[in-house]
Amino acid sequence: MFSRNFSIKYQFALSLVFLLLSFALYAQEDPGTWSGYISGQARGFWQSPQFSGQRDGDVSLAFEPEYYKEWNKGLRAITFSPFARLDSTDSERTHFDIRAAHYLHVLGDWEWRIGLAKVFWGVTESRHLVDIINQTDLVENIDTEDKLGQPMIETTWLQNWGALQFYILPGFRERTFPGRKGRLRTELIVDTDNPGYESGAEDYHVDWAVRLQTQLGPFDLGISHFSGTSRVPELVPTLSSNGRLEFTPFYNLIDQTGLDTQAIIGNWTWKLESILQSKRGRDFTAAVGGFEYTFYGVTGSRADLGVLAEYHFDDRYEETPSAFQDDIFLGARFVFNDEQSTEILAGGLYDFDFSSRSARVELQRRFSDSWRLESELQIFSNVDDEDPLRTFHRDDYLQVDLAYYF
Amino acid sequence: MIKILHPIRLLLISILCFSSTYLSAETPEEKGLAIAIAADKRDTGFVDQTADMVMILRNRKGQESTRYIRTSTLEVEGDGDKFLSIFDRPADVKHTAMLTYSHGLEPDDQWLYLPALKRVKRINSRNKSGPFMGSEFAFEDLGSQEVEKYSYKYIRDETCGEWECYVVERYPEYEYSGYTRQIGWIDKAEYRTVKVEFYDRKNALLKTLTYSGYQEYLDYYWRPDDMFMQNHQTGKSTLLKWANYKFKTNVAERDFNPNALPRLR
Repeated sequence: MFSRNFSIKYQFALSLVFLLLSFALYAQEDPGTWSGYISGQARGFWQSPQFSGQRDGDVSLAFEPEYYKEWNKGLRAITFSPFARLDSTDSERTHFDIRAAHYLHVLGDWEWRIGLAKVFWGVTESRHLVDIINQTDLVENIDTEDKLGQPMIETTWLQNWGALQFYILPGFRERTFPGRKGRLRTELIVDTDNPGYESGAEDYHVDWAVRLQTQLGPFDLGISHFSGTSRVPELVPTLSSNGRLEFTPFYNLIDQTGLDTQAIIGNWTWKLESILQSKRGRDFTAAVGGFEYTFYGVTGSRADLGVLAEYHFDDRYEETPSAFQDDIFLGARFVFNDEQSTEILAGGLYDFDFSSRSARVELQRRFSDSWRLESELQIFSNVDDEDPLRTFHRDDYLQVDLAYYF
Repeated sequence: MIKILHPIRLLLISILCFSSTYLSAETPEEKGLAIAIAADKRDTGFVDQTADMVMILRNRKGQESTRYIRTSTLEVEGDGDKFLSIFDRPADVKHTAMLTYSHGLEPDDQWLYLPALKRVKRINSRNKSGPFMGSEFAFEDLGSQEVEKYSYKYIRDETCGEWECYVVERYPEYEYSGYTRQIGWIDKAEYRTVKVEFYDRKNALLKTLTYSGYQEYLDYYWRPDDMFMQNHQTGKSTLLKWANYKFKTNVAERDFNPNALPRLR
């Protein structure tokens, strides 16, 4: 309870500071700018649910405005971006977050960011292995690309050869999980109100990270290290106070070294991400690597076709809590290069150990200059009982998002 | 009867002929190259440039869509320029930034910042002939125009509007161009490009680019207000309207770094 309150208090305190700052600065000549989007989303699941209480679909509304104000030629700036989703069925998916509330200060070669912010590391398409700074906002999408704002002090040393970045991360954000009525959940509900921590400091533990980013000819290379609370919890079956069996999330302390590299050679883009993680004295390595080969102007048209293949490896094999331990991803990306920036990405994942298959098609297209349609179709098929994906095996869905951008 | 020329006389005559053509006129290729070098030299030394661009895309039915892009260019001695563009509209691509290090005949280095994912993505610059933002301008049309990127051939002199022009044909020497050749009209007095015709890989006329509204900045550098690209094969067109040209503004070199893209607005 306490930690949950802490997290929310934390956000509100920061937001308040930023709102006050914004108002103070509003009085000046340049009032700053607002941008963002409001979107309506519908999801339909056509198979009968696997677990009791789950519904067949939902509609929801999301709003993510962003306030930005800079001065001193952009060397000082504040960014404030709240996010909210209202969901018709799952109370856990109805949620609020501050995606960004930070102050930027550029001092010579050093760039400082202080506050809630989002950072992305990595190169591969089908999984983001190295990316670790921000907690996943899992109720948004199982693709783990939606992230919660992370409190941080970030400093970047910019050089011609690349950059060196240091992070101090005070305050931990818990992963979001769907509620009882939500689809794409585990059989047992995750009790996000009572998380457990390896660290005595619980979610006050101060994590740190460092990252080196450089270019060597056609190679882009990133080497990173993170030390702190794992973003991925272990789910421990627990008998709750009302006598129901639930999952309690338990967050271990980990050390994780990551490598991400990409090389562009002719039509080929080669990609590799790899991590070495130690948790409670045990080490494991995981990797994802592959390529994207692009045919430009296919059949004399303006469109490009990219063919992707990525292999997933984890040396814990079948004991891996994630679904990616001996899997291959094959995909195709169509970029139409038209006025509407139409793109289609279709991909399938095949698990060699469990013979499970899953497939996903994503489409995006702009209408007029302010509207954008995004749609995704997700299919799980032939999922083995032992595969972590089993929990989703009756959750094939079609999702449509229509967003107005301003 | 066939009169056979004495070898010595033949030699003398040929030397005479050769040297006279050599002295009186360079070959069309040499003249074309000389014009390109002169035009390039005429435009160096601007150090840096910033400008705002509005792109109006018009399809065959006359429907329009508009993009707003802010650009800055950093002149690089001995290599291609560095080019940065930040997108303001359409709203869904707001804050997207693209950074290009151009390298003459070598492939360019190119990065794209995707604000939704907060991700800097290195992109393949092999895609020279691909459309820029869905427009009729290809990446290669907007890239840095280094002399060595083409071979040249002078065609003729011609009046172009109120100016006198050189008409020069040029052939891409870099890989993966979408063109077999381009014909350019360049004004003799100030080396301003007036018009370019683009011929596709089958050597058919694909597009015509017309420059207009030239203005002089810093009493030296000429820049057009409008660049209009007409695609003859699809009927689509794109109008580029330039505004707020500024030179030698001391643009921050630190911004031309892929790791700086997330902070740029």
